[in-house]
Amino acid sequence: MLDLWIRYGDRLIDGAAVTVKLVALACVIGLVLAIPLALARRSDRRWIAVPAYLYIYFFRGTPLIVQLALLYYGLAQFEAVRESLFWIVLGDAETCGLLGLTLNTTAYVAEILRGGIAAVPKGEVEAAEACGMSRVTVYRRIVLPRAIRIAWPAYGNEVILLMKGSALVSTITVYDLMGETRSVFSRGYDDTVYLYAAAMYLTLALAVTGTFRLGERRMNRYLRAAG
Amino acid sequence: MIPEILQFGDTGFGDELVVGALVTVEIAVYSLAIGLALGLAAAGAKLSSSPVLHGIAEAYSLLIRGIPELLIILLVYYSGGAAIEALLKLFGHDGGFDFNKRLAGSLALGLIFGAFASEVFRGAFMAVPKGQIEAAVAVGMTRRQVFLRVRFPQMLRFALPGLGNLWMVLLKDTSLVSVIALDELMRETSVAAEATQRPFVFYLAATVLYLLLTIVSDFFRARLERHANRGVAGEAVPRRLLRRSA
Repeated sequence: MLDLWIRYGDRLIDGAAVTVKLVALACVIGLVLAIPLALARRSDRRWIAVPAYLYIYFFRGTPLIVQLALLYYGLAQFEAVRESLFWIVLGDAETCGLLGLTLNTTAYVAEILRGGIAAVPKGEVEAAEACGMSRVTVYRRIVLPRAIRIAWPAYGNEVILLMKGSALVSTITVYDLMGETRSVFSRGYDDTVYLYAAAMYLTLALAVTGTFRLGERRMNRYLRAAG
Repeated sequence: MIPEILQFGDTGFGDELVVGALVTVEIAVYSLAIGLALGLAAAGAKLSSSPVLHGIAEAYSLLIRGIPELLIILLVYYSGGAAIEALLKLFGHDGGFDFNKRLAGSLALGLIFGAFASEVFRGAFMAVPKGQIEAAVAVGMTRRQVFLRVRFPQMLRFALPGLGNLWMVLLKDTSLVSVIALDELMRETSVAAEATQRPFVFYLAATVLYLLLTIVSDFFRARLERHANRGVAGEAVPRRLLRRSA
């Protein structure tokens, strides 16, 4: 069991690094994109709200593995795509995987944020308006900071789901932790490599959970000071 | 209007995709049955006073929560298969073991469903108002009767929204069993995409079929919840039970 690690441990660690990179990038870009999407979804103007609703419904209603296949294998079918600028992203498995993960997580995070925004107490918004803040200022100073705090635990959950989902980029030939694991398995059919991978993913998940707990404590430190 | 390669019959792959979608539903239903049983058992263990049972159930949840679904499927199929084979050998059965793919896939997805469902059941069980249980005791019901007539039915009503969410997750997760070459929708799609060299058309068609399954499920979920809450006025389910649990 140990000689498997001696032979292939480096490859698994390289794979884990790719996984961490993909998840971290998708997580940050996804959060940035999710804010306007959540606001669009809440908009009173139908021509803004409906496309946002459809985007979210599509990405939440279909499996990530199919979305990735559609992006990586599907779009490559067209010569126009292969000769366009988009090919820089779509032609490379890793960037394509990142794109797929980001588009997917954006939809989920937007839904989480929407819930957070809806849960911000009405009185606080009214108080801010009464102070004479403009709509933009109210959002920047009151609504979004509060919404992010409320949505934080759910967001942490989503990051763990994203990390687990990132294993699917191995199906479009990315050598992330899962990709390396499957490639090692296909050499000798030694299934202990799956146990190593499971332990590594579990460690990553615990690290994510721990990070979010710390973040939560930091964000809510003013509550403890008051109590 | 439908492209020839998507038509039914010998020239098109339309029928293959539809058959694949039916297998997807079949796997999802098996997994649901396994997952509900496991979820109830694990919830019971989490609520029990025995530290051993409690520990096992918590470890089960933690493991499933932290390991990618894809890896769990591979682990069940390959490592699970190897373990069963070794066990059979121990009992003098030497023919090797051919792990049925549908069984392995449903078991893996059921394991995943059960871990999340146990949290839903636990939360729902604790949401049953104390007063109702006291009332049941006051009218002279035994512990067993309280459980069967009050706790359990009420718990199911509270668990329904969470279970509905998990069903949606499960439906999409069935696509992952394509990695063990199980002939469900995703697998049929990639076979057709490769055979025709027209991946875009087929993955798009698969997307539409998955969306249809989602929409139909959404419809039935709403009806089921309305049915379960028909005897309740006002806000039937506590808000905190409505959040996405997986």
